[in-house]
Amino acid sequence: MANKKIAILSGKGGTGKTLVSVNLAAAEGNSYYVDCDVEEPNGHLFFKPKIIKKKDIFVKIPNIDNSLCSGCRECVEFCKFNALAYGRQVIVFEEVCHSCGGCMLVCPTKAISEKDKKIGVIEEGVSDEVKTISGIMNTGEVSGVPIIKELLNIIKDVEGLVFIDCPPGSACVVMESVKDADYCILVAEPTVFGAHNLAMVHRLVSLFGKKCGVVLNKCETGFNPSEDFCIKNNIEILARVPFDNDLGSLNSEGKIAVRENYKNKDLFYSLLSTVKEAVK
Amino acid sequence: MKQLLIISGKGGTGKTTIAGAFIKLLQAKAYADCDVDAPNLHLISNHTVTEERKDYFGLPKAHIDINLCIECGLCEESCGFNAVHHGQRYYIDSYACEGCGVCKYVCPTGAISLREQRAGELMLYRNNAVFSTAQLEMGNGTSGMLVSEVKKQMKESAADDVGVAIIDGSPGIGCPVIASLSGVDLALIVAEPSISGINDMQRIIETARQFGTKLAVCVNKYDTNLKNTQTIEEFCKDSEIIFVGKIPYDKKAVTAINDGKSIVDIDCPAGIAVKKVFDNTIKIIGKL
Repeated sequence: MANKKIAILSGKGGTGKTLVSVNLAAAEGNSYYVDCDVEEPNGHLFFKPKIIKKKDIFVKIPNIDNSLCSGCRECVEFCKFNALAYGRQVIVFEEVCHSCGGCMLVCPTKAISEKDKKIGVIEEGVSDEVKTISGIMNTGEVSGVPIIKELLNIIKDVEGLVFIDCPPGSACVVMESVKDADYCILVAEPTVFGAHNLAMVHRLVSLFGKKCGVVLNKCETGFNPSEDFCIKNNIEILARVPFDNDLGSLNSEGKIAVRENYKNKDLFYSLLSTVKEAVK
Repeated sequence: MKQLLIISGKGGTGKTTIAGAFIKLLQAKAYADCDVDAPNLHLISNHTVTEERKDYFGLPKAHIDINLCIECGLCEESCGFNAVHHGQRYYIDSYACEGCGVCKYVCPTGAISLREQRAGELMLYRNNAVFSTAQLEMGNGTSGMLVSEVKKQMKESAADDVGVAIIDGSPGIGCPVIASLSGVDLALIVAEPSISGINDMQRIIETARQFGTKLAVCVNKYDTNLKNTQTIEEFCKDSEIIFVGKIPYDKKAVTAINDGKSIVDIDCPAGIAVKKVFDNTIKIIGKL
Protein backbone atom coordinates (compact mmCIF):
# COMPACT_ATOMS: atom_id res chain seq x y z
CA MET A 1 0.00 0.00 0.00
CA ALA A 2 1.20 3.43 -0.92
CA ASN A 3 0.08 5.11 2.25
CA LYS A 4 -0.95 4.57 5.84
CA LYS A 5 -3.99 6.41 7.10
CA ILE A 6 -4.23 7.28 10.75
CA ALA A 7 -7.56 8.62 11.96
CA ILE A 8 -7.69 10.74 15.10
CA LEU A 9 -11.07 10.76 16.81
CA SER A 10 -12.64 11.21 20.22
CA GLY A 11 -16.40 11.00 20.59
CA LYS A 12 -16.44 14.03 22.84
CA GLY A 13 -15.49 17.38 21.36
CA GLY A 14 -12.58 19.45 22.57
CA THR A 15 -10.44 16.59 23.87
CA GLY A 16 -7.47 17.47 21.68
CA LYS A 17 -7.99 15.73 18.32
CA THR A 18 -6.60 18.66 16.38
CA LEU A 19 -3.72 19.12 18.84
CA VAL A 20 -2.65 15.49 18.36
CA SER A 21 -3.24 15.40 14.57
CA VAL A 22 -1.44 18.63 13.84
CA ASN A 23 1.57 17.79 16.01
CA LEU A 24 1.91 14.28 14.60
CA ALA A 25 1.82 15.54 11.01
CA ALA A 26 4.31 18.30 11.83
CA ALA A 27 6.58 15.83 13.66
CA GLU A 28 6.56 13.48 10.68
CA GLY A 29 7.30 16.35 8.29
CA ASN A 30 6.65 15.05 4.81
CA SER A 31 3.06 13.86 5.40
CA TYR A 32 -0.58 14.71 4.86
CA TYR A 33 -2.89 16.41 7.33
CA VAL A 34 -6.56 16.04 6.38
CA ASP A 35 -9.24 17.99 8.25
CA CYS A 36 -12.50 16.02 8.09
CA ASP A 37 -14.17 18.14 10.78
CA VAL A 38 -15.80 20.09 7.99
CA GLU A 39 -18.34 21.80 10.26
CA GLU A 40 -15.65 23.35 12.44
CA PRO A 41 -12.29 22.84 10.71
CA ASN A 42 -9.41 24.23 12.74
CA GLY A 43 -6.24 22.57 11.47
CA HIS A 44 -5.57 25.39 9.00
CA LEU A 45 -5.47 27.85 11.91
CA PHE A 46 -2.39 25.99 13.16
CA PHE A 47 -0.66 25.18 9.88
CA LYS A 48 -1.49 28.53 8.23
CA PRO A 49 -0.81 26.78 4.93
CA LYS A 50 -0.01 28.42 1.65
CA ILE A 51 -3.10 27.48 -0.38
CA ILE A 52 -2.22 25.94 -3.70
CA LYS A 53 -5.56 24.57 -4.83
CA LYS A 54 -9.21 25.25 -4.09
CA LYS A 55 -12.07 23.08 -5.15
CA ASP A 56 -15.73 23.91 -4.69
CA ILE A 57 -17.93 21.01 -3.60
CA PHE A 58 -21.36 20.69 -5.11
CA VAL A 59 -24.37 18.47 -4.56
CA LYS A 60 -27.24 17.91 -6.96
CA ILE A 61 -30.60 19.42 -6.14
CA PRO A 62 -33.80 19.35 -8.18
CA ASN A 63 -34.56 22.08 -10.66
CA ILE A 64 -38.27 22.28 -11.49
CA ASP A 65 -39.47 23.41 -14.90
CA ASN A 66 -42.89 24.79 -14.02
CA SER A 67 -43.97 24.91 -17.65
CA LEU A 68 -43.73 21.11 -17.78
CA CYS A 69 -45.08 20.37 -14.27
CA SER A 70 -48.60 18.92 -14.39
CA GLY A 71 -49.12 19.33 -10.65
CA CYS A 72 -49.46 15.58 -10.05
CA ARG A 73 -47.35 15.75 -6.86
CA GLU A 74 -45.72 12.37 -7.37
CA CYS A 75 -42.35 13.90 -6.52
CA VAL A 76 -43.72 15.29 -3.25
CA GLU A 77 -45.15 11.87 -2.39
CA PHE A 78 -41.91 10.11 -3.23
CA CYS A 79 -39.47 12.32 -1.31
CA LYS A 80 -38.66 10.62 2.00
CA PHE A 81 -36.84 13.67 3.28
CA ASN A 82 -39.75 16.09 2.95
CA ALA A 83 -37.64 18.27 0.72
CA LEU A 84 -40.53 18.97 -1.65
CA ALA A 85 -43.93 20.50 -1.05
CA TYR A 86 -46.70 21.69 -3.30
CA GLY A 87 -48.23 25.13 -3.00
CA ARG A 88 -49.29 26.68 -6.27
CA GLN A 89 -46.22 24.95 -7.68
CA VAL A 90 -43.52 22.57 -6.42
CA ILE A 91 -41.38 24.12 -3.70
CA VAL A 92 -37.89 22.72 -3.03
CA PHE A 93 -36.36 22.90 0.45
CA GLU A 94 -32.77 22.72 -0.71
CA GLU A 95 -31.16 22.30 2.70
CA VAL A 96 -32.96 19.03 3.49
CA CYS A 97 -32.54 17.50 0.03
CA HIS A 98 -30.34 14.38 0.12
CA SER A 99 -29.66 14.45 -3.63
CA CYS A 100 -31.08 10.96 -4.20
CA GLY A 101 -32.56 11.92 -7.57
CA GLY A 102 -35.85 10.16 -6.81
CA CYS A 103 -38.05 13.13 -7.69
CA MET A 104 -36.49 13.35 -11.12
CA LEU A 105 -37.01 9.64 -11.63
CA VAL A 106 -40.71 9.61 -10.74
CA CYS A 107 -41.78 12.77 -12.57
CA PRO A 108 -44.06 11.63 -15.41
CA THR A 109 -43.62 14.82 -17.44
CA LYS A 110 -39.83 15.13 -17.07
CA ALA A 111 -40.25 18.51 -15.44
CA ILE A 112 -37.41 17.89 -13.01
CA SER A 113 -33.73 18.12 -13.82
CA GLU A 114 -30.74 18.47 -11.51
CA LYS A 115 -28.66 21.50 -10.79
CA ASP A 116 -25.51 22.02 -8.74
CA LYS A 117 -25.55 23.62 -5.36
CA LYS A 118 -22.31 24.59 -3.66
CA ILE A 119 -22.07 23.29 -0.09
CA GLY A 120 -18.46 24.03 0.69
CA VAL A 121 -14.87 24.04 -0.43
CA ILE A 122 -11.73 21.92 -0.15
CA GLU A 123 -8.47 23.79 0.23
CA GLU A 124 -5.15 22.09 -0.41
CA GLY A 125 -2.04 23.77 0.86
CA VAL A 126 1.47 23.36 2.19
CA SER A 127 2.98 24.25 5.52
CA ASP A 128 6.70 23.51 5.64
CA GLU A 129 6.82 19.92 4.46
CA VAL A 130 3.27 19.07 5.50
CA LYS A 131 0.59 18.94 2.84
CA THR A 132 -2.71 20.10 4.28
CA ILE A 133 -6.16 19.34 2.93
CA SER A 134 -9.13 20.98 4.67
CA GLY A 135 -12.82 20.61 4.01
CA ILE A 136 -14.93 23.62 4.93
CA MET A 137 -18.72 23.31 4.90
CA ASN A 138 -20.78 26.42 4.26
CA THR A 139 -22.70 27.62 7.31
CA GLY A 140 -26.40 26.76 7.17
CA GLU A 141 -25.75 23.44 5.41
CA VAL A 142 -27.02 20.28 7.08
CA SER A 143 -24.51 17.64 6.01
CA GLY A 144 -20.81 17.70 5.28
CA VAL A 145 -20.69 14.05 4.19
CA PRO A 146 -20.16 14.82 0.46
CA ILE A 147 -17.17 17.00 1.39
CA ILE A 148 -15.69 14.25 3.56
CA LYS A 149 -16.16 11.72 0.77
CA GLU A 150 -14.25 13.97 -1.60
CA LEU A 151 -11.48 14.55 0.98
CA LEU A 152 -11.01 10.79 1.32
CA ASN A 153 -11.05 10.44 -2.43
CA ILE A 154 -8.21 12.96 -2.77
CA ILE A 155 -5.97 11.08 -0.33
CA LYS A 156 -6.82 7.62 -1.58
CA ASP A 157 -3.62 7.05 -3.48
CA VAL A 158 -1.15 9.54 -2.03
CA GLU A 159 2.22 8.41 -0.70
CA GLY A 160 3.26 8.37 2.94
CA LEU A 161 1.54 8.96 6.25
CA VAL A 162 -1.90 10.55 6.26
CA PHE A 163 -3.31 12.00 9.48
CA ILE A 164 -7.10 12.34 9.43
CA ASP A 165 -8.55 14.81 11.93
CA CYS A 166 -12.13 13.57 12.48
CA PRO A 167 -15.29 15.36 13.62
CA PRO A 168 -16.58 14.73 17.16
CA GLY A 169 -19.38 12.30 17.92
CA SER A 170 -20.06 8.86 16.49
CA ALA A 171 -22.55 9.64 13.73
CA CYS A 172 -22.32 9.15 9.97
CA VAL A 173 -19.66 11.84 9.47
CA VAL A 174 -17.30 10.09 11.88
CA MET A 175 -17.93 6.71 10.33
CA GLU A 176 -17.16 8.10 6.87
CA SER A 177 -13.91 9.56 8.18
CA VAL A 178 -12.58 6.35 9.77
CA LYS A 179 -13.79 3.91 7.13
CA ASP A 180 -10.49 3.79 5.21
CA ALA A 181 -8.18 4.19 8.21
CA ASP A 182 -5.37 1.73 8.92
CA TYR A 183 -5.17 2.82 12.54
CA CYS A 184 -7.28 4.92 14.91
CA ILE A 185 -6.01 7.15 17.69
CA LEU A 186 -8.68 7.86 20.29
CA VAL A 187 -8.06 11.04 22.25
CA ALA A 188 -9.69 11.20 25.68
CA GLU A 189 -9.78 13.66 28.55
CA PRO A 190 -9.77 12.68 32.21
CA THR A 191 -13.43 13.21 33.05
CA VAL A 192 -16.45 10.93 33.29
CA PHE A 193 -17.72 12.71 30.15
CA GLY A 194 -14.46 11.85 28.42
CA ALA A 195 -14.59 8.21 29.51
CA HIS A 196 -18.24 7.83 28.51
CA ASN A 197 -17.58 9.14 25.00
CA LEU A 198 -14.33 7.18 24.73
CA ALA A 199 -16.27 3.99 25.37
CA MET A 200 -18.69 4.97 22.62
CA VAL A 201 -16.08 5.73 20.01
CA HIS A 202 -14.12 2.62 20.98
CA ARG A 203 -17.23 0.58 20.19
CA LEU A 204 -17.40 2.31 16.81
CA VAL A 205 -13.82 1.50 15.79
CA SER A 206 -14.17 -2.04 17.15
CA LEU A 207 -17.28 -2.49 15.05
CA PHE A 208 -15.20 -1.70 11.98
CA GLY A 209 -12.39 -3.96 13.17
CA LYS A 210 -9.90 -1.10 13.31
CA LYS A 211 -6.67 -1.28 15.29
CA CYS A 212 -6.59 1.49 17.85
CA GLY A 213 -4.88 3.02 20.83
CA VAL A 214 -5.65 5.86 23.22
CA VAL A 215 -3.96 9.18 23.92
CA LEU A 216 -4.88 10.43 27.35
CA ASN A 217 -4.90 14.23 27.17
CA LYS A 218 -4.94 16.88 29.90
CA CYS A 219 -3.72 14.32 32.46
CA GLU A 220 -3.43 15.47 36.04
CA THR A 221 -2.73 13.66 39.26
CA GLY A 222 -5.79 11.98 40.66
CA PHE A 223 -8.33 9.58 39.26
CA ASN A 224 -8.62 9.44 35.46
CA PRO A 225 -11.86 7.73 34.38
CA SER A 226 -10.57 7.37 30.80
CA GLU A 227 -7.38 5.67 31.93
CA ASP A 228 -9.46 3.38 34.10
CA PHE A 229 -11.58 2.46 31.06
CA CYS A 230 -8.47 1.61 29.01
CA ILE A 231 -7.00 -0.58 31.73
CA LYS A 232 -10.25 -2.43 32.36
CA ASN A 233 -10.77 -3.06 28.65
CA ASN A 234 -7.18 -3.81 27.86
CA ILE A 235 -6.80 -0.96 25.36
CA GLU A 236 -3.29 0.26 24.64
CA ILE A 237 -2.42 3.68 26.03
CA LEU A 238 -0.18 5.29 23.43
CA ALA A 239 0.70 8.44 25.32
CA ARG A 240 -0.18 10.56 28.30
CA VAL A 241 -0.20 14.29 27.56
CA PRO A 242 -0.02 16.18 30.86
CA PHE A 243 -2.24 19.14 31.64
CA ASP A 244 0.17 21.94 30.99
CA ASN A 245 -0.36 25.69 30.84
CA ASP A 246 2.48 26.10 28.34
CA LEU A 247 0.93 23.64 25.91
CA GLY A 248 -2.50 25.18 26.53
CA SER A 249 -1.19 28.66 25.69
CA LEU A 250 0.56 27.50 22.53
CA ASN A 251 -2.59 25.71 21.44
CA SER A 252 -4.87 28.66 22.18
CA GLU A 253 -2.59 30.87 20.06
CA GLY A 254 -2.80 28.42 17.15
CA LYS A 255 0.85 27.37 17.46
CA ILE A 256 2.19 23.90 16.77
CA ALA A 257 4.08 22.59 19.81
CA VAL A 258 6.65 20.52 17.90
CA ARG A 259 7.57 23.55 15.81
CA GLU A 260 8.04 25.70 18.91
CA ASN A 261 10.46 25.58 21.76
CA TYR A 262 8.12 23.44 23.83
CA LYS A 263 9.68 21.48 26.67
CA ASN A 264 7.65 18.31 26.20
CA LYS A 265 7.70 18.03 22.43
CA ASP A 266 9.49 14.66 22.63
CA LEU A 267 6.16 13.31 23.71
CA PHE A 268 4.74 13.81 20.20
CA TYR A 269 7.81 12.32 18.52
CA SER A 270 7.59 9.25 20.68
CA LEU A 271 3.83 8.97 20.01
CA LEU A 272 4.64 9.20 16.31
CA SER A 273 7.11 6.31 16.45
CA THR A 274 4.65 4.21 18.46
CA VAL A 275 1.96 4.80 15.85
CA LYS A 276 4.34 4.16 12.95
CA GLU A 277 5.31 0.88 14.54
CA ALA A 278 1.62 -0.02 14.85
CA VAL A 279 0.88 0.54 11.15
CA LYS A 280 4.05 -1.11 9.85
CA MET B 1 -42.49 27.34 28.01
CA LYS B 2 -39.44 29.28 26.94
CA GLN B 3 -36.45 27.34 25.66
CA LEU B 4 -32.82 28.15 26.29
CA LEU B 5 -30.34 26.25 24.10
CA ILE B 6 -26.67 25.97 25.04
CA ILE B 7 -24.32 25.53 22.06
CA SER B 8 -20.71 26.23 21.18
CA GLY B 9 -19.61 25.31 17.67
CA LYS B 10 -16.36 23.89 19.01
CA GLY B 11 -16.60 20.81 21.21
CA GLY B 12 -15.42 20.65 24.79
CA THR B 13 -15.90 24.30 25.67
CA GLY B 14 -18.14 23.44 28.63
CA LYS B 15 -21.71 23.26 27.27
CA THR B 16 -22.78 20.38 29.48
CA THR B 17 -21.00 21.72 32.56
CA ILE B 18 -22.81 25.04 32.15
CA ALA B 19 -26.12 23.38 31.30
CA GLY B 20 -25.80 21.30 34.48
CA ALA B 21 -25.19 24.44 36.53
CA PHE B 22 -28.13 26.29 34.94
CA ILE B 23 -30.48 23.37 35.60
CA LYS B 24 -29.47 23.42 39.25
CA LEU B 25 -29.69 27.21 39.66
CA LEU B 26 -33.04 27.42 37.92
CA GLN B 27 -34.39 24.29 39.59
CA ALA B 28 -35.43 23.55 36.02
CA LYS B 29 -38.61 21.57 35.61
CA ALA B 30 -37.83 20.55 32.06
CA TYR B 31 -34.52 19.95 30.35
CA ALA B 32 -33.06 17.98 27.48
CA ASP B 33 -29.78 16.72 26.07
CA CYS B 34 -29.77 17.18 22.30
CA ASP B 35 -26.20 15.95 21.83
CA VAL B 36 -27.59 12.62 20.65
CA ASP B 37 -24.22 11.50 19.20
CA ALA B 38 -22.45 11.83 22.52
CA PRO B 39 -24.91 12.56 25.34
CA ASN B 40 -23.41 13.33 28.73
CA LEU B 41 -25.90 15.39 30.70
CA HIS B 42 -27.39 12.27 32.32
CA LEU B 43 -24.03 11.67 33.99
CA ILE B 44 -24.54 14.69 36.25
CA SER B 45 -28.33 14.95 36.36
CA ASN B 46 -28.80 12.75 39.47
CA HIS B 47 -32.21 11.43 38.63
CA THR B 48 -33.37 8.85 41.12
CA VAL B 49 -36.15 7.45 38.97
CA THR B 50 -35.71 4.75 36.35
CA GLU B 51 -35.93 6.19 32.86
CA GLU B 52 -38.64 5.30 30.39
CA ARG B 53 -37.04 3.95 27.23
CA LYS B 54 -38.39 4.02 23.72
CA ASP B 55 -36.83 2.77 20.49
CA TYR B 56 -36.17 5.40 17.87
CA PHE B 57 -36.57 4.48 14.23
CA GLY B 58 -35.03 6.71 11.64
CA LEU B 59 -36.00 6.35 8.03
CA PRO B 60 -36.74 2.78 6.92
CA LYS B 61 -33.85 1.26 4.99
CA ALA B 62 -33.75 -0.83 1.85
CA HIS B 63 -33.70 -4.60 1.97
CA ILE B 64 -33.29 -6.98 -0.98
CA ASP B 65 -35.23 -10.24 -1.09
CA ILE B 66 -32.72 -12.44 -2.91
CA ASN B 67 -35.44 -14.91 -3.87
CA LEU B 68 -37.01 -12.22 -6.06
CA CYS B 69 -33.79 -10.56 -7.23
CA ILE B 70 -32.90 -11.26 -10.86
CA GLU B 71 -29.47 -9.62 -10.60
CA CYS B 72 -30.24 -6.90 -13.13
CA GLY B 73 -28.12 -4.37 -11.22
CA LEU B 74 -30.51 -1.44 -11.73
CA CYS B 75 -30.57 -0.78 -7.98
CA GLU B 76 -26.79 -0.53 -7.80
CA GLU B 77 -26.75 1.78 -10.80
CA SER B 78 -29.39 4.15 -9.42
CA CYS B 79 -28.22 4.36 -5.81
CA GLY B 80 -26.74 7.76 -5.11
CA PHE B 81 -25.19 6.66 -1.83
CA ASN B 82 -23.12 3.70 -2.97
CA ALA B 83 -25.18 1.52 -0.63
CA VAL B 84 -25.87 -1.40 -2.98
CA HIS B 85 -23.07 -3.93 -3.26
CA HIS B 86 -22.61 -7.26 -4.89
CA GLY B 87 -21.02 -10.11 -3.01
CA GLN B 88 -22.35 -13.50 -3.92
CA ARG B 89 -25.67 -11.71 -4.39
CA TYR B 90 -26.78 -8.09 -4.21
CA TYR B 91 -27.06 -6.66 -0.70
CA ILE B 92 -27.58 -3.28 1.00
CA ASP B 93 -24.98 -1.63 3.20
CA SER B 94 -27.39 -0.31 5.80
CA TYR B 95 -24.87 2.24 7.12
CA ALA B 96 -24.61 3.82 3.69
CA CYS B 97 -28.34 3.52 2.87
CA GLU B 98 -30.24 6.75 3.51
CA GLY B 99 -33.66 5.23 2.87
CA CYS B 100 -34.49 7.33 -0.20
CA GLY B 101 -36.41 4.48 -1.89
CA VAL B 102 -34.92 4.94 -5.35
CA CYS B 103 -33.74 1.29 -5.54
CA LYS B 104 -37.20 0.08 -4.58
CA TYR B 105 -38.69 2.26 -7.29
CA VAL B 106 -36.41 1.01 -10.06
CA CYS B 107 -36.48 -2.69 -9.12
CA PRO B 108 -38.45 -4.48 -11.85
CA THR B 109 -39.36 -7.50 -9.70
CA GLY B 110 -40.41 -5.85 -6.47
CA ALA B 111 -37.50 -7.51 -4.65
CA ILE B 112 -36.69 -4.41 -2.62
CA SER B 113 -38.66 -3.20 0.37
CA LEU B 114 -38.01 -0.47 2.90
CA ARG B 115 -37.83 -1.84 6.41
CA GLU B 116 -37.92 -0.09 9.74
CA GLN B 117 -34.61 -0.17 11.48
CA ARG B 118 -33.82 0.87 15.03
CA ALA B 119 -31.60 3.92 14.85
CA GLY B 120 -31.35 4.82 18.51
CA GLU B 121 -33.17 5.13 21.76
CA LEU B 122 -35.06 7.90 23.52
CA MET B 123 -34.94 8.15 27.31
CA LEU B 124 -37.26 10.10 29.57
CA TYR B 125 -36.73 10.69 33.28
CA ARG B 126 -39.84 11.90 35.00
CA ASN B 127 -40.31 12.95 38.63
CA ASN B 128 -40.57 16.56 39.83
CA ALA B 129 -38.74 17.50 36.64
CA VAL B 130 -38.68 15.95 33.18
CA PHE B 131 -35.40 15.19 31.50
CA SER B 132 -35.45 14.08 27.88
CA THR B 133 -32.39 12.53 26.28
CA ALA B 134 -31.42 10.01 23.61
CA GLN B 135 -28.60 7.98 22.18
CA LEU B 136 -28.19 7.62 18.44
CA GLU B 137 -26.88 4.30 17.23
CA MET B 138 -23.33 4.44 16.00
CA GLY B 139 -22.73 5.56 12.48
CA ASN B 140 -26.29 6.70 11.98
CA GLY B 141 -27.17 9.63 9.81
CA THR B 142 -30.48 10.80 11.22
CA SER B 143 -29.32 12.78 14.24
CA GLY B 144 -31.41 15.82 13.29
CA MET B 145 -34.63 13.82 13.37
CA LEU B 146 -33.72 12.34 16.76
CA VAL B 147 -32.94 15.80 18.14
CA SER B 148 -36.43 16.91 17.12
CA GLU B 149 -37.86 13.84 18.89
CA VAL B 150 -35.93 14.65 22.08
CA LYS B 151 -37.33 18.18 22.13
CA LYS B 152 -40.83 16.95 21.33
CA GLN B 153 -40.66 14.41 24.14
CA MET B 154 -39.60 17.12 26.57
CA LYS B 155 -42.39 19.49 25.53
CA GLU B 156 -45.08 16.84 25.65
CA SER B 157 -44.09 15.55 29.08
CA ALA B 158 -43.44 18.87 30.78
CA ALA B 159 -45.95 20.53 33.08
CA ASP B 160 -47.62 23.79 32.02
CA ASP B 161 -45.76 25.94 34.54
CA VAL B 162 -42.23 25.13 33.39
CA GLY B 163 -41.09 28.68 32.71
CA VAL B 164 -37.70 28.12 31.10
CA ALA B 165 -36.50 24.78 29.74
CA ILE B 166 -32.75 24.16 29.38
CA ILE B 167 -31.45 22.34 26.31
CA ASP B 168 -27.88 21.09 26.02
CA GLY B 169 -26.83 21.15 22.37
CA SER B 170 -24.19 19.38 20.33
CA PRO B 171 -20.93 20.62 18.83
CA GLY B 172 -20.60 21.61 15.18
CA ILE B 173 -22.94 23.58 12.94
CA GLY B 174 -24.66 20.81 10.96
CA CYS B 175 -27.78 18.72 11.08
CA PRO B 176 -28.25 18.11 14.86
CA VAL B 177 -27.37 21.72 15.69
CA ILE B 178 -29.79 23.13 13.14
CA ALA B 179 -32.51 20.83 14.50
CA SER B 180 -31.68 22.03 18.03
CA LEU B 181 -31.97 25.69 17.02
CA SER B 182 -35.47 25.31 15.72
CA GLY B 183 -38.03 26.94 17.98
CA VAL B 184 -35.72 28.01 20.81
CA ASP B 185 -36.12 31.47 22.33
CA LEU B 186 -32.46 32.09 23.07
CA ALA B 187 -29.20 30.31 22.30
CA LEU B 188 -26.33 30.81 24.72
CA ILE B 189 -23.00 30.25 23.00
CA VAL B 190 -20.20 28.97 25.23
CA ALA B 191 -16.99 30.23 23.66
CA GLU B 192 -13.42 29.32 24.48
CA PRO B 193 -10.59 31.87 24.22
CA SER B 194 -8.45 30.03 21.71
CA ILE B 195 -7.88 30.68 18.02
CA SER B 196 -9.98 27.59 17.27
CA GLY B 197 -12.65 28.62 19.76
CA ILE B 198 -13.03 32.06 18.20
CA ASN B 199 -13.22 30.67 14.67
CA ASP B 200 -15.84 28.09 15.67
CA MET B 201 -17.86 30.66 17.62
CA GLN B 202 -18.03 32.87 14.56
CA ARG B 203 -19.26 29.95 12.44
CA ILE B 204 -22.00 28.97 14.90
CA ILE B 205 -23.09 32.62 15.16
CA GLU B 206 -23.30 32.83 11.37
CA THR B 207 -25.32 29.59 11.31
CA ALA B 208 -27.72 30.60 14.08
CA ARG B 209 -28.31 33.99 12.47
CA GLN B 210 -29.44 32.31 9.26
CA PHE B 211 -32.20 30.72 11.31
CA GLY B 212 -33.03 33.96 13.10
CA THR B 213 -32.16 32.70 16.58
CA LYS B 214 -31.55 35.28 19.30
CA LEU B 215 -28.04 34.91 20.74
CA ALA B 216 -25.96 35.55 23.83
CA VAL B 217 -22.28 34.68 24.39
CA CYS B 218 -20.24 33.73 27.45
CA VAL B 219 -16.57 32.74 27.64
CA ASN B 220 -15.48 29.68 29.58
CA LYS B 221 -11.92 29.22 30.89
CA TYR B 222 -11.50 32.94 30.10
CA ASP B 223 -8.26 33.30 32.06
CA THR B 224 -6.42 30.74 29.90
CA ASN B 225 -5.97 33.46 27.29
CA LEU B 226 -6.97 36.98 28.30
CA LYS B 227 -6.11 38.47 24.92
CA ASN B 228 -8.41 36.11 23.07
CA THR B 229 -11.14 36.67 25.68
CA GLN B 230 -10.92 40.37 24.92
CA THR B 231 -11.15 39.62 21.20
CA ILE B 232 -14.37 37.67 21.82
CA GLU B 233 -15.86 40.49 23.92
CA GLU B 234 -15.01 43.02 21.22
CA PHE B 235 -16.41 40.78 18.50
CA CYS B 236 -19.70 40.51 20.40
CA LYS B 237 -19.85 44.25 20.85
CA ASP B 238 -19.22 44.87 17.15
CA SER B 239 -21.76 42.23 16.12
CA GLU B 240 -24.35 43.47 18.63
CA ILE B 241 -24.53 40.16 20.48
CA ILE B 242 -25.15 40.32 24.20
CA PHE B 243 -22.14 39.25 26.25
CA VAL B 244 -23.33 37.63 29.47
CA GLY B 245 -20.06 37.01 31.27
CA LYS B 246 -16.96 34.91 31.72
CA ILE B 247 -16.04 31.90 33.78
CA PRO B 248 -12.47 31.12 34.93
CA TYR B 249 -10.62 27.85 34.40
CA ASP B 250 -11.14 25.90 37.60
CA LYS B 251 -9.59 22.55 38.47
CA LYS B 252 -12.41 21.95 40.91
CA ALA B 253 -14.84 21.87 38.01
CA VAL B 254 -13.25 18.61 36.82
CA THR B 255 -13.50 17.14 40.33
CA ALA B 256 -17.16 18.12 40.57
CA ILE B 257 -18.01 16.54 37.21
CA ASN B 258 -16.16 13.34 38.10
CA ASP B 259 -18.20 13.14 41.30
CA GLY B 260 -21.38 13.46 39.24
CA LYS B 261 -22.03 16.97 40.57
CA SER B 262 -22.68 20.34 39.04
CA ILE B 263 -20.13 23.15 39.58
CA VAL B 264 -22.68 25.07 41.62
CA ASP B 265 -22.95 22.16 44.07
CA ILE B 266 -19.46 22.87 45.35
CA ASP B 267 -17.75 26.05 46.49
CA CYS B 268 -15.50 27.10 43.61
CA PRO B 269 -14.65 30.20 41.53
CA ALA B 270 -16.21 28.74 38.38
CA GLY B 271 -19.44 28.10 40.29
CA ILE B 272 -19.59 31.71 41.49
CA ALA B 273 -18.91 33.05 37.99
CA VAL B 274 -21.48 30.81 36.31
CA LYS B 275 -24.11 32.18 38.70
CA LYS B 276 -23.58 35.67 37.23
CA VAL B 277 -23.77 34.32 33.69
CA PHE B 278 -26.97 32.55 34.67
CA ASP B 279 -28.56 35.68 36.18
CA ASN B 280 -27.74 37.72 33.08
CA THR B 281 -29.06 35.04 30.73
CA ILE B 282 -32.31 34.55 32.62
CA LYS B 283 -32.85 38.30 32.66
CA ILE B 284 -32.63 38.36 28.86
CA ILE B 285 -34.91 35.41 28.31
CA GLY B 286 -37.38 36.89 30.81
CA LYS B 287 -37.70 40.00 28.67
CA LEU B 288 -38.37 38.06 25.47
